[in-house]
Amino acid sequence: MTAHALHGDMESTALYDIPGPQARRRHLLYGIASTVLILALLGWLLYLLFDTDQFTAAKWSPFTYKGIQELLLKGLGNTLKAFAYASVLSLLLGAVLATGRLSVHRPVRWLATLCVEFFRAMPVLVMIFFIFVALKVQPLPALVAGLTLYNGSVLAEVFRTGVNSVERGQREAAYALGMRKTQVMTHVLAPQAVRAMLPTIISQLVVALKDTSLGYLITYEEFLHAGKLIASNLDYDLPFIPVVMIISPVYIGMCMLLSWFATWVARRQRRNPKVEGAAAVPADPAALLPGEI
Amino acid sequence: MDVLTDNFALYGKGFLGTVQLTVYASLLALVLGFVMASFRVAPIGSLRVLGTVWVTVLRNTPLTLLFFAVLLGLPRFGLVLPFQLFAVLALGCYTSAFICEVLRSGINTVPKGQGEAARSLGMSFGQTLGTVVLPQAFRSVIPPVGSTLIALAKNSAIAGAFSVTELLGTYKTLNELGYSIIWTFVWIAVGYLIITLSISLLFHVLEKRFGVAR
Repeated sequence: MTAHALHGDMESTALYDIPGPQARRRHLLYGIASTVLILALLGWLLYLLFDTDQFTAAKWSPFTYKGIQELLLKGLGNTLKAFAYASVLSLLLGAVLATGRLSVHRPVRWLATLCVEFFRAMPVLVMIFFIFVALKVQPLPALVAGLTLYNGSVLAEVFRTGVNSVERGQREAAYALGMRKTQVMTHVLAPQAVRAMLPTIISQLVVALKDTSLGYLITYEEFLHAGKLIASNLDYDLPFIPVVMIISPVYIGMCMLLSWFATWVARRQRRNPKVEGAAAVPADPAALLPGEI
Repeated sequence: MDVLTDNFALYGKGFLGTVQLTVYASLLALVLGFVMASFRVAPIGSLRVLGTVWVTVLRNTPLTLLFFAVLLGLPRFGLVLPFQLFAVLALGCYTSAFICEVLRSGINTVPKGQGEAARSLGMSFGQTLGTVVLPQAFRSVIPPVGSTLIALAKNSAIAGAFSVTELLGTYKTLNELGYSIIWTFVWIAVGYLIITLSISLLFHVLEKRFGVAR
């Protein structure tokens, strides 16, 4: 990001000058017109919702029952459990695979490269289904294993880029001080790499959090699964839309919190001279590595 | 090996389903992403807000939830379309948020001075955009757009789990027919690899042809 991009949207673009009085009047007019249009669209959506009886008492009453609330909470707990396992394990696997890719032994490097490239190229869901169906593993371990293989491989590349972005002189200086290969990695390179890549690492954890919902497809009893159970209940007149309206904000809220955390870390680091050397690589959490959404 | 030769038609159908889904959803994502990116850089506040909300919400929604809401929710809403179309809608909208961000950062990589120079030469807004800013932005976004579309192709597997005819979905039928489950998955994996590698190759060629020479 260039320096002038920090001063807000209006000045950051090559597309137009700062508007003068005439342009500002014109923009105001366009602004009012588009606001009216957007509001009309929202109104129409709301009308559709009322028109199809989505706000009847019968459809919203289930959420007042303790049993249903507990079902949702249990689902949320299971989602967070899968996320916790998957994130810890993928960080570990990422570290192992990155070490493998940075190894001086050629066979180790090749093996690690093969693993990383294969698991990044496969859809996560195919891996999860393979582990669940072919290897007959329980839903939770199957989900966690799939997420770990995928996110671990992506994180391995993140770690590797981080280590490679640390200035060469750091490594040379460490060797000159008589440090061994492992010491150079664990005491000098890895701490700086993790620091520089922290925003990207957190963004990858957002991907893992979002992907826990894939557990729904292999009958893991997570949050979306709980929603589905409630939604398909005939006693409450199939409250499908209300369920979506309740569970979406929770999912989106959790992911947004984690994304904001990544952005916050990135912004803090931009001001931090300690990471300047290693942060030469774009550590923008919005930037995507190959196919990891 | 038998799995593939015995069921070539089934695999073919699933493979074509994935390709179709990917192509249609990519087109939708590119168009919507472009519209949202232009909203996000527009001088009009309400459009900027709309673009920002679109991107923030969709980027933080699990795709499974979106499929759940679109494939199972919209019909209750009174909207009944073929499953395939719903899947294209969900995948396209989801990916458009990522395409939007890629395009926006591409526009932001063009130095401000370029636009100023164009305007000082007397170019209109359209000329500035069309002959100075966009060609440069386009070149720098080729690789990230490629990555996003590869992710889309991989994400299309979720549609298969929601009973849209698609490559991953073929495993159910083959499983019932009693074929070796390992080999079934090997060929599914090969199918996905062919698709993702083709996209990767296509964008590699595009980058060679149009990319920024450094």
